[in-house]
Amino acid sequence: MRLKIEKRNESASTLSVLSMSVLSVVVSLVILGFIILSLGKNPIDAYIQLVSWPFGTIAGLTQSLISMTPLLFTSLGLVLAFKMKLWNIGAEGQFYMGAFGATWGALFLFNHISNPWIMLPLIALLGAGVGAGWGTLAGVMKARLGVNEILSTLMLNYVAIYWVNYLVYGPWRDPASYNFPITAEFPKAAILPQYTANGINLGMFLAIAASFFVYYLLKWTRFGFEIDISGDNPKAAEYAGINVKKMIVIVMAVSGALSGLGGMMQMSGVLFRLQPNFSPGYGYTAIIIVLLARLNPFVTVVVAFLFGGLIVGTQQIQLFLQIPFSLVNAFQGLLLFSFVAGEALLHYKLRWLKA
Amino acid sequence: MKKLFLIFLLALVGTSLLALPLKVAFIYVGPVGNAGWTYAHNLGKLYVQKVFGDKIQTTYIASVPEGAPAVSALKSLASHGYNLIFTTSFSYMDSTARVAKMFPKVIFENCSGYLTAPNMGDYFGRIYQSEFLTGLIAGATTKSGKIGYVAAFPTPEVVRGINAFTIGVRMTNPRATVHVVWVDSWYNPPAEKEAALSLINAGADVIKSETDSAAPIQAAEENHVYAIGYNTDMKKFAPNYYLTSATFNWGAFYEKEIKSVMNGTWKPRKFWGGLDTGIVDIAPMTNLVPPQTKKLVEAVKEELMTHNFHVFDGPIYNQNGKLIVPSGKTLSDKDLLSMNWFVQGVVGKIPK
Repeated sequence: MRLKIEKRNESASTLSVLSMSVLSVVVSLVILGFIILSLGKNPIDAYIQLVSWPFGTIAGLTQSLISMTPLLFTSLGLVLAFKMKLWNIGAEGQFYMGAFGATWGALFLFNHISNPWIMLPLIALLGAGVGAGWGTLAGVMKARLGVNEILSTLMLNYVAIYWVNYLVYGPWRDPASYNFPITAEFPKAAILPQYTANGINLGMFLAIAASFFVYYLLKWTRFGFEIDISGDNPKAAEYAGINVKKMIVIVMAVSGALSGLGGMMQMSGVLFRLQPNFSPGYGYTAIIIVLLARLNPFVTVVVAFLFGGLIVGTQQIQLFLQIPFSLVNAFQGLLLFSFVAGEALLHYKLRWLKA
Repeated sequence: MKKLFLIFLLALVGTSLLALPLKVAFIYVGPVGNAGWTYAHNLGKLYVQKVFGDKIQTTYIASVPEGAPAVSALKSLASHGYNLIFTTSFSYMDSTARVAKMFPKVIFENCSGYLTAPNMGDYFGRIYQSEFLTGLIAGATTKSGKIGYVAAFPTPEVVRGINAFTIGVRMTNPRATVHVVWVDSWYNPPAEKEAALSLINAGADVIKSETDSAAPIQAAEENHVYAIGYNTDMKKFAPNYYLTSATFNWGAFYEKEIKSVMNGTWKPRKFWGGLDTGIVDIAPMTNLVPPQTKKLVEAVKEELMTHNFHVFDGPIYNQNGKLIVPSGKTLSDKDLLSMNWFVQGVVGKIPK
């Protein structure tokens, strides 16, 4: 007996795509179940804890929505880039740079402005702008020099993280913090409107609004059309008169701007001051989210919400079953793995050959 | 009749509430593991569970990332009826303060920060006193006169520890120097080991670690130089070259706090206890420490505990030989808490 891999002739139907996505989640849950079992805990208990709090209670739901916000911004940035087959792995760094821009504006550049309706747009622009710049850097390197964007964006993440660390440990350290690595708190004007005592803020709604914007961009504008063509077939795009190099730079800029905006929203909406490691890897989780959402901006909202709940729910299972937090990472890895495997199965089939 | 029933019901609810165990939770910055900062806090948790038995119920959430996830974890705990929550890292201070505001009936305590609130205390140990004592031992044991110090981040806490250690070293060995390598991480065993190896290569014959893993201690054992640990007793990691450790004994503090919460006498405070409160100590000195040094350490420890002597009593010079603390003076807590300069005898730089 021998295994042969054959390409499927027909393209995958919506139904099979959907069932593949669901199946990959189920498969990773089953594998995760075995891991939990190996820790001597009951996986069914764990799964009940995992979903009951973040999706079944008001307090938990609020937390899931707050966790969703940074994930959604970074994911939407990636949707645009991935649509053009630009593999931007740098949402994490662009997110950090956005937070850096917002902090720069709120604490140093515009700190004399006391009207939030002037301050907030200014620091949002600055955050998005710095994020865009970070994306552009990789875009220009790709367009001009042919540098692989996977490598450059990934490397730039570290630069961004260390840059923020440098500032927080050095020149931006709050003098009132006994030399602890943390900046001063944002002035009132730089804090997003908070609607409930437990943290529902404007950022969440703007993130959902951003998904409409991305949808509109992709579906209804010439720019979206050009992204599609350039992604599918850059040669054909060139012949059709599209400047693909320019597109690369612009798309990377917009992609970075969205992640950067996410960084700003996280600062102004949730954290109010910059400190090291303020992101638990939102930009990396976003990669898995957009792949599962198959680059659809609206599905991305749903998947980002589920992942937000996953982060909250994992703390829950830790609390009651003392299962380590790193399980979230394991689960995300499993998801990506089974998704990639499922993707391959959509386009190829396996056949046993009798020897 | 109805009234009687109601009273009975109320009484029932009342007694069951009283009988409910105090729910105590801990948020850890890393995995519990088998040595280091979080391990030490977890020893404290296990200790209080043993002391109070079924009068308390304890849990923990480990490896909680800073920022939004910490806020979310704290909210979960508070919403689930935890009455007393310890967040065991400075990096949770801001999140703790935020959540404390939302749950005024829950008591929060943050370790090694500086913020307090009506329902939030701050606690830490004067580990620099222990560091100083281990410095006395390092100074007495070094032959090359070079001591390697594996340090995490240039925060005031770490700088203070290095300074106290160096003052101790110079007391028993006035010409010895303490060489500092920054790992830029609290927990990164490969980098910690690299740092220790580079110090050994540079001629250090005693390695003092201040980071969270036992990697520097193990590197010392492998290269046959003396080792001094941190956080908990680390003898098992370097059985042949281990001298002692500067240790935290969080259990002693947690016990007091839980008692005061149970009695209703808890008040927010900035607790910064020294050797006299039992929150810090040094691990039992091994036989590699010469007997007369042991005696010296015990005697100095006694002096520190009775406050006859302070680690940062003058004269103290900085790295450039400038007199910072004149003799007859000592550094205030405020100066200690924001320390960002090295004393004479330290070879290394604080990144600015």
